[in-house]
Amino acid sequence: MAVEVYKNIETYKPEDVEDVTVETDILIIGGGFSGCGAAYEAAYWAKAAGLKVTLVEKAAIERSGAVAQGLSAINTYLGLSGRAQQVGDKPNTIEDYVRYVTLDMMGIAREDLVADYARHVDGTVHLFEKWGLPIWKDENGKYVREGRWQVMIHGESYKPIIAEAAKMALGEENIIERVFVTHLLLDKNDPQRVAGAVGFSVREPKFYIFKAKAVILATGGATLLFRPRSTGEGMGRIWYAVFNTGSGYAMAIEAGAHTCQMEHRFIPARFKDGYGPVGAWFLLFKSVATNAYDEVYIEKKETIAKYKPYADAVPTPTPLRNHQMLEELVNGRGPILMRTEWAIKKLQEEGKDLKKLIEEAWEDFLDMTVSQALLWAALNIEPEKVPSEIMTAEPYMMGSHSGCAGLWVCGPEDLMPEEYKKLFPFCYNRMTTIKGLFAVGDCSGANPHKFSSGSFTEGRIAGKAAVRYIVEQQPNPEIDEAKVQELKKKIFQPMVTYEQFKNASTREDVNPNYLFPKQALWRLQKIMDEYAAGATMWYRTNERMLKIALERLQMLKEDMEKLAARNLHELMRCWEMWHRVIVAEAHVQHMLFRQETRWPGYYYRMDYPDIDDENWKCFVVGRRNPETGEWELQKVPYIQIVDWQL
Amino acid sequence: MPSYVNPDKCDGCKALERTACQYICPNDLMVLDKEQMKAYNQEPDMCWECYSCVKICPQGAIDMRGYVDFVPLGAQCVPMRGTDAIMWTIKFRNGKILRFKFPIRTTPWGSIQPFEGFPEPKVEDLKNELLAGEPQILDMDKLPEVKKKA
Repeated sequence: MAVEVYKNIETYKPEDVEDVTVETDILIIGGGFSGCGAAYEAAYWAKAAGLKVTLVEKAAIERSGAVAQGLSAINTYLGLSGRAQQVGDKPNTIEDYVRYVTLDMMGIAREDLVADYARHVDGTVHLFEKWGLPIWKDENGKYVREGRWQVMIHGESYKPIIAEAAKMALGEENIIERVFVTHLLLDKNDPQRVAGAVGFSVREPKFYIFKAKAVILATGGATLLFRPRSTGEGMGRIWYAVFNTGSGYAMAIEAGAHTCQMEHRFIPARFKDGYGPVGAWFLLFKSVATNAYDEVYIEKKETIAKYKPYADAVPTPTPLRNHQMLEELVNGRGPILMRTEWAIKKLQEEGKDLKKLIEEAWEDFLDMTVSQALLWAALNIEPEKVPSEIMTAEPYMMGSHSGCAGLWVCGPEDLMPEEYKKLFPFCYNRMTTIKGLFAVGDCSGANPHKFSSGSFTEGRIAGKAAVRYIVEQQPNPEIDEAKVQELKKKIFQPMVTYEQFKNASTREDVNPNYLFPKQALWRLQKIMDEYAAGATMWYRTNERMLKIALERLQMLKEDMEKLAARNLHELMRCWEMWHRVIVAEAHVQHMLFRQETRWPGYYYRMDYPDIDDENWKCFVVGRRNPETGEWELQKVPYIQIVDWQL
Repeated sequence: MPSYVNPDKCDGCKALERTACQYICPNDLMVLDKEQMKAYNQEPDMCWECYSCVKICPQGAIDMRGYVDFVPLGAQCVPMRGTDAIMWTIKFRNGKILRFKFPIRTTPWGSIQPFEGFPEPKVEDLKNELLAGEPQILDMDKLPEVKKKA
């Protein structure tokens, strides 16, 4: 694989790039689901307080973020008011939901944060329906359940609908698209307080300086830190949105905010290669998966017996289901097959219409992962006739799915325990340990399973809290102009580097003086895959391997001072690359600190292969000292806040 | 599967105020070659195959060619996205054709009144836990209580 040969080579010297200053009260970075939720809610409360809200997005919010392509289900809807079908013998409660999420995290979650979004999330879904999102209904007018907490939707236009609501609430004049934010700015007089952010337009030579009293990070998780299973051209066909580059995590880490559970990652087991969703098959169609010998391997409980009491949870926690699958694959009993043909036959026998079932099966992919439908068509797969392979993907860092990596944020006043308050200068819901800096969606840690609806809800929570922070604290941060100009020079340096050295080789992509960002990405992916528990190592590592990862990452960072960019698009890739490498380093530092294997199936510390509740039933909270670059990590105890039983 | 542009159909959106695919791509991949007035995908290995460009192209000039590393040639998923529904034509490698139509929206585009029916926001309400429109939008008379562990 070679790097791109760009037809449009257009470089700029920093001094030739125009400065654009945007003064606002609340700056929202990222316009996916959590960013749109933040925009929506902040716009409402800002009106009362007379504040200005601005949203900045590197793409176009109509189709940006993880839901760009659509979704076939809303995975978080409690249905407390009875709008949805009931699954099981009793109605859902917040307590049952918190139990489910905490156990899926193998016993560790910020229950204050989970219960908080859970009590609001139904209202968010009701708004979506009112705005025009088609939710499946049964003959009694109830939302059709996919599983206990999920409802089915016709979600091809999910994102454009939500984006329309954000635009209507905020006003299009307050939404800035195609500007990539690279760094946060801190208050000149108080380095623990946010003052804004800087970035650049990917369309024209303009450098953006945002001055803000509060900043909400809503940038999504981090992909492509690890070598993907696909090769060459297929690199973009990863499960999570390839444009989620860990920017929010990285900018907060560089500003000195505390991270939380950054050792955690999510390994989705999905339809092989195309990464089509499996939820509808397992939950709605009640399908099973088998190994090479037609055994339903999840029935082999002995493979997870050593992970009690979590192994007894119903449903089995996601990492342990992965572990069961890996036991088959590693021991040569693959392929793992989703028995679509058995499921459809059984449903037909129960009286379901075959044509309707086939239509539902294809819609599930076409609404959210079209390429899986294309792969089925290319392989001549008809799900009613033949099974399809499933496989575990490479690791992703995220805080919204069955993944809880993120920043250490404040919970609501009525639910957050004293023990968690210690690191915060003062508390506003979803505020990080930097004053005025909030984090939502994938960026907010230890409160997973938000998915689309919960991420929008968490954005709403922070949107309101940010207005309250400004009204009560009256912050008046000042930016350091000299520092801003220094950053501008640094941000455009890759263009200067390219121009300086481009003639030192007869091939522009093999040059000892610089690296293109794609080349740095290849290096990052190899390091992480081989030393930090990537897919080709079956997610295994140990202390010595992780220490090698840190050494190699350090050299990569040194080499990345020589990144080169040939146009604004590639300049964005350079800074996405910096964000990715900072997140990768955080991941390794956190994995090194946690001396146990808390999430078998996500990763294994082979030198500490067991779950160690006595010493490690706690959060890992970290901070990179911005002055020295050194990481400081600590344990914060997990506290059960909500009333539930194992 | 990386998007590609059919040069016979692409007109560079010359009649529009902006190039549609370039406007929409979430990963900044689609570029207009101003000399040829044709768009192209500048970084195919960063394409998530989200079909946003395919759906938005007014000329139907964009399609996907399956990733070479795992997709056999010859299949196609062609969307026709209207205002309230999307139609898909799926062509298999062996020639089999499937057609589907799914709803996408129940209200007219541009019709959202974000805070319709909500009370005017008040600064004193910033202190409580209720979000905009609550508790009504929850179908409840108050925010649901969380039972704390004793």
